[in-house]
Amino acid sequence: MLNNIKMEDIWIATYETLYMTIIALIGTAILGILLGLLLYLTSKDGIWENKVTNMIVASIVNVFRAIPFIILILLLFPFTDFLVGTVRGPTAALPALIIGSAPFYGRLAEIAFREVDKGVIEAAHSMGAKIRTIIFKVLIPESMPALVSGITVTAIALIGYTAMAGVIGAGGLGDYAYFYGFQRRQFDVVLLCTVLILIIVFIFQFIGDFISNKIDKR
Amino acid sequence: MISIKGLRKVFTSDNKQLTAVDNITLDIEEGEIFGVIGYSGAGKSTFIRLLNRLEEPTEGNIVIDKQEITSLTTNELRAARQDIGMIFQHFNLLWSRTVEDNIAFPLEIAGVPKVEQMKRVQELIDLVGLSGREKAYPSQLSGGQKQRVGIARALANNPKVLLCDEATSALDPETTNAILDLLVDINQKLGLTIILITHEMHVIRKICHRVAVMEQGRIVEQGNVLDVFSHPKEQVTKKFVAQVMGAGTEDETEDVEYLRNTYREGELVRLHFIGESTNQTLISQIAKKFPVDINILQGKITQTQAGGYGTLVIQFVGNSADIEKAVAYIRDETSVEVEVIRDAK
Repeated sequence: MLNNIKMEDIWIATYETLYMTIIALIGTAILGILLGLLLYLTSKDGIWENKVTNMIVASIVNVFRAIPFIILILLLFPFTDFLVGTVRGPTAALPALIIGSAPFYGRLAEIAFREVDKGVIEAAHSMGAKIRTIIFKVLIPESMPALVSGITVTAIALIGYTAMAGVIGAGGLGDYAYFYGFQRRQFDVVLLCTVLILIIVFIFQFIGDFISNKIDKR
Repeated sequence: MISIKGLRKVFTSDNKQLTAVDNITLDIEEGEIFGVIGYSGAGKSTFIRLLNRLEEPTEGNIVIDKQEITSLTTNELRAARQDIGMIFQHFNLLWSRTVEDNIAFPLEIAGVPKVEQMKRVQELIDLVGLSGREKAYPSQLSGGQKQRVGIARALANNPKVLLCDEATSALDPETTNAILDLLVDINQKLGLTIILITHEMHVIRKICHRVAVMEQGRIVEQGNVLDVFSHPKEQVTKKFVAQVMGAGTEDETEDVEYLRNTYREGELVRLHFIGESTNQTLISQIAKKFPVDINILQGKITQTQAGGYGTLVIQFVGNSADIEKAVAYIRDETSVEVEVIRDAK
């Protein structure tokens, strides 16, 4: 047991997984909040109520959420090649990771914004607040606990995606488990990779819950 | 100060039209506390939202402090709203901000420098009596304290007008009174014009100078609080008056009958106090001036912004000539109205 394991390679794979997850998470958070805001603001009785825009954004979100991730990566190959210059390695996985998870987080963000008390937004209007002020000083701070727990859920889905991306050559623990573990019948490698991924998931979950609780003053 | 002409608001949904506010014309004086009372669905909440255009009027115009609110562009309206404070039934504080940061919010919106913000926030905290709670979050405050934060926040940019949307409806009676006292206090201290809407006559009675009664989107009756109290014309107004004065007319006749039969001696009179503030010691004055005994049988006197209002049924016992003199004194020398229920014979 464990005699097939080269710790040096394992650490590199772990680093690649963390790299993909964290960078993709930052991209997802930004893109997802933008999508969420767009969905929320253009919805019925929203500040920028606009049926057409809302429908277009909602359709894009729904379509990208419906495409299985592994197929999305393949679909995005030309785009990734154009953007990154290669389709292999952790950086090449980022566009697909972000585009795959941002629509999902966008929906969660929209739900978070919907839960902000309408009265508080009305109060901000009554004080003469600009829309920008309402977004940055009311909507986002007031929905922060839900935004954080949403990003935690998304992060865990993302870790799963990185493993899938690994199978088609993105690197990381998924890649390592598949090529060095599964294909060479070294099950101790698969096992160790699983344990490491679980530890990463638990750490993300713990940090997310901690922050969400800490900032919730309700 | 505020002049409203032909104000209308029609909501359209599913091809159905609902007129929430129907042709309201109203003038509100500077420094006055003006109350609008009505049952839920009367349109009063829509009415107060039309004043700062949280709802867009369908028709009519609104002038606040010489500025025609109804013709302002979006940007001008934002600036104008900084001069119109508003407080809400459910307080509408930002839970993510502390008391002081909540109060600083309108100052941030108005672009007040940070140092001045801090100074102003401290003044406001002292004004509304929240010293020591600066760092608390709204969830740590009681309802009354939350509304104090709401009031401080509404006053932050020194508005000329304060709109109160059912500001005490979510509070218990004791807290309601404390908040109403605070509103009167700031009305007097700052000369602020206050418009409040409520479904509680108690609120009108306690702090308003003038009142308008709303029903089905229209103002059916308006005037000085005392006039409306003493001579309510509309059925809905009578109901509201009964809310604070108790007993409707039928009960009263029965009561009078009962009193007449129970107290057979001397003279029974009913005193009407309307805006009484100078004759607060009436009963003891009479007792000292005339050799008669006075027995208080029944009554209710309540305080309004313009003085006491209510009725008192008393029995005079003694020499009938002295009683006549006492009654004549009340009738001629004081502003209290006298109604004789049974003569001393």
